Amino acid sequence: MKKSIPEKQLFNSTKERDLLGHIVKTSIRYKIWVAILLLFIVFGMYGYYRQIRYGLIVTAMRDYTSWGIYISNFVFFVAVSLVGSLFSSILKLNKNEWAKPLIRISEIIAVAAIICAAVIIIIDMGRPDRFIYVFKFGRIQSPIIWDVIIISTYLVISFILLYISLLPDIAICRDRLTAIPKWKKKLYKIAAINWSNQPEQVLIIKKIGRILGITVLPVAFAIHTVTSWLFATTWRPGWDSTNLGPYFVSGAFMVGAAVIIFAMYFVRKYLNLKSYITTTHFDHMGKLLVLLSLVYFYFNINEYLGPAFKMVGVEGEHITELFVGKYAPMYWLVQIFGLVLPIVFLLFKNLRKPVPIVIISAFVILGAWFKRFLIVIPSLQHPYLPIQGVDESYLHYIPTWEEWAITMASFASLLLIITILIKLFPVIPIQELENPIEETSNESKKLKNEIH
Amino acid sequence: MGNKNSNASSRRNFIKKIASGSLITVSGLTIYSVSSCEKSTEGEKATLLTPDGKLVQVLKSEIESFELLPVSPKESRKGIPGKKFVMVVDLAKCKNARKCVKHCDKHHNLTPDRPYIKVLEMKDNEKSAPYWMPKKCFQCDNPPCVKVCPVGATFKRTDGIVLIDNERCIGCRFCMAACPYSARIFNWATPPNVDEDLSYSPETSIPSKIGTVGKCDFCPDMIRKDKLPHCITACPNGVLYFGDEIDDTVTNGEETLRLSTLLREKAGYRYLEELGTKPRVYYLPPVDRLFPFNKENAKEEES
Repeated sequence: MKKSIPEKQLFNSTKERDLLGHIVKTSIRYKIWVAILLLFIVFGMYGYYRQIRYGLIVTAMRDYTSWGIYISNFVFFVAVSLVGSLFSSILKLNKNEWAKPLIRISEIIAVAAIICAAVIIIIDMGRPDRFIYVFKFGRIQSPIIWDVIIISTYLVISFILLYISLLPDIAICRDRLTAIPKWKKKLYKIAAINWSNQPEQVLIIKKIGRILGITVLPVAFAIHTVTSWLFATTWRPGWDSTNLGPYFVSGAFMVGAAVIIFAMYFVRKYLNLKSYITTTHFDHMGKLLVLLSLVYFYFNINEYLGPAFKMVGVEGEHITELFVGKYAPMYWLVQIFGLVLPIVFLLFKNLRKPVPIVIISAFVILGAWFKRFLIVIPSLQHPYLPIQGVDESYLHYIPTWEEWAITMASFASLLLIITILIKLFPVIPIQELENPIEETSNESKKLKNEIH
Repeated sequence: MGNKNSNASSRRNFIKKIASGSLITVSGLTIYSVSSCEKSTEGEKATLLTPDGKLVQVLKSEIESFELLPVSPKESRKGIPGKKFVMVVDLAKCKNARKCVKHCDKHHNLTPDRPYIKVLEMKDNEKSAPYWMPKKCFQCDNPPCVKVCPVGATFKRTDGIVLIDNERCIGCRFCMAACPYSARIFNWATPPNVDEDLSYSPETSIPSKIGTVGKCDFCPDMIRKDKLPHCITACPNGVLYFGDEIDDTVTNGEETLRLSTLLREKAGYRYLEELGTKPRVYYLPPVDRLFPFNKENAKEEES
């Protein structure tokens, strides 16, 4: 294990230095950050070890509240992963040129989030040792199987989308980075799969990108819609709703935009990318977040107004619990600080500046997490038949430290995957910047002529 | 006429039962006799009739040494042929004696904090009187739990019973979220006092396993022995009736009644009919009560 760096890295341009500099130089801040994340992960693994050893009894879940923060966290991660499609599909197809520097970071977040979602759902299982049964005995009529199919599809598509956009940049890393350890050189060499900017190669990648950019859209809608069907296919109050699909999808886009703002703030700050991710980006993202929040706001009204007007049976009990009962403080905090106030604040231009907008986004993200808590848990506490003759602990749900430790570890894993990917690869596409748009289009024109 | 029919059918059932019992014994013998044939070839022999009509001779001593083994997980998916089991709960007779709960807990190795059967204190509206409602799994004909199970660990049988194979269950708890009647319980920890030597069968639901779901199973192991489920025989007030929809008879152990007549005359209903789950448990409304509603009943009964 020789860690000596052979020579001083020379860059051809300032752009290259800006975008590749962090790969060559490992700061102490990065090491501390990774160490903190690893600490959280190790602590979470200890919690999970206890869960494996003693069973799900270490959680606060019981027969009535049979799903807890693992499931709400799962829904949250699936929601966050939708951001990949928002950027690599919707904004790209709409030719929103300003969004280009944000595409890669959004794709990285999408891949990381969907991996964490898959892991957290296995953690929630009573018998993770029987995970393989899902494939061995899977029955297509179960919404869980739909979810397994669609999540793995989305994982593959978002991975390919990320990879093909990275490919030219990996080649650049391979060709131009000299002052890096051997394993990194090897990694870039293998990952670049002989990419050499050949016109045919560019054409193939563009084709794949175009096809997947369109395919990812219905798949992304489907992952969150199918996740909502895990709930909508039951008779539970608050879940028994036809509104649940669009409600989930719109909420996912909102939290996705907030996560992007959050990520770009820190990437910009710590990788010194102020000239690439500009205040204009924050301004645009702020406007986008307002739009997406308004859509979510609309579906929120749809979700609660009907049942609250009718107050039918258990549905009414559920609404009472949320509006004025046990969960009222959380419910109103989430709705006001996580939804209404962000919409209002972001209407002001001054509040769309980097610092205020990142604070607002933090509220949106926190609100979104607790919103999913409010979607999953209170519903389970209002069954049709009264809860009687069970232990006192069955009536409440206050997550245990093991559950929090595992949940924090899942967040740490998400951040760790994102951090490592950002550390290894340029977070803003270099190739795009090196070949101005006219040039690439000329190139492809030439290619088309060659083909015809 | 009706009585004659049911007599005949029960006699037929009895023969069938004996036959199937002996089949298991004999098939067991084919494995075990290899080791024991050397020792004693002489001894009293018994003639048994197998279900396919063959007469076989086996040693009497060996028949006794074999108990009716619980049905294997694979076999238990089929159900008892020609049967459609139902239960009727007469709410007018229940005084919350909780004997059904106790016996069920004992036979399924359950702790009192998470029983299969719950006796709920119900009150339909402000003006109507409260009543006790014994509630177990409704064995729905359109079971939400079976629909959502990703691995087929919970299944519907031809005889109407919904069972769980806890060797298949992955513990996702989707069935618990889906069941509108909260009939299912989860083994959050290792169940206490588990007899590991018992051979597991979905029909007995024991031994239960950590990380899997459990629920009322209508005791098919008892039915196969031509006995009534534990809760039926335990009830001191004859609240619970068990029977077969095809035979159109139900019994609480003391009286045997026509199911259709009972439901028609006493206005039987199914709980939350509007959900479309088609339960196999019927309730008779709590009218002309045998006992006044008294919360102390359970305590008195115990002392």
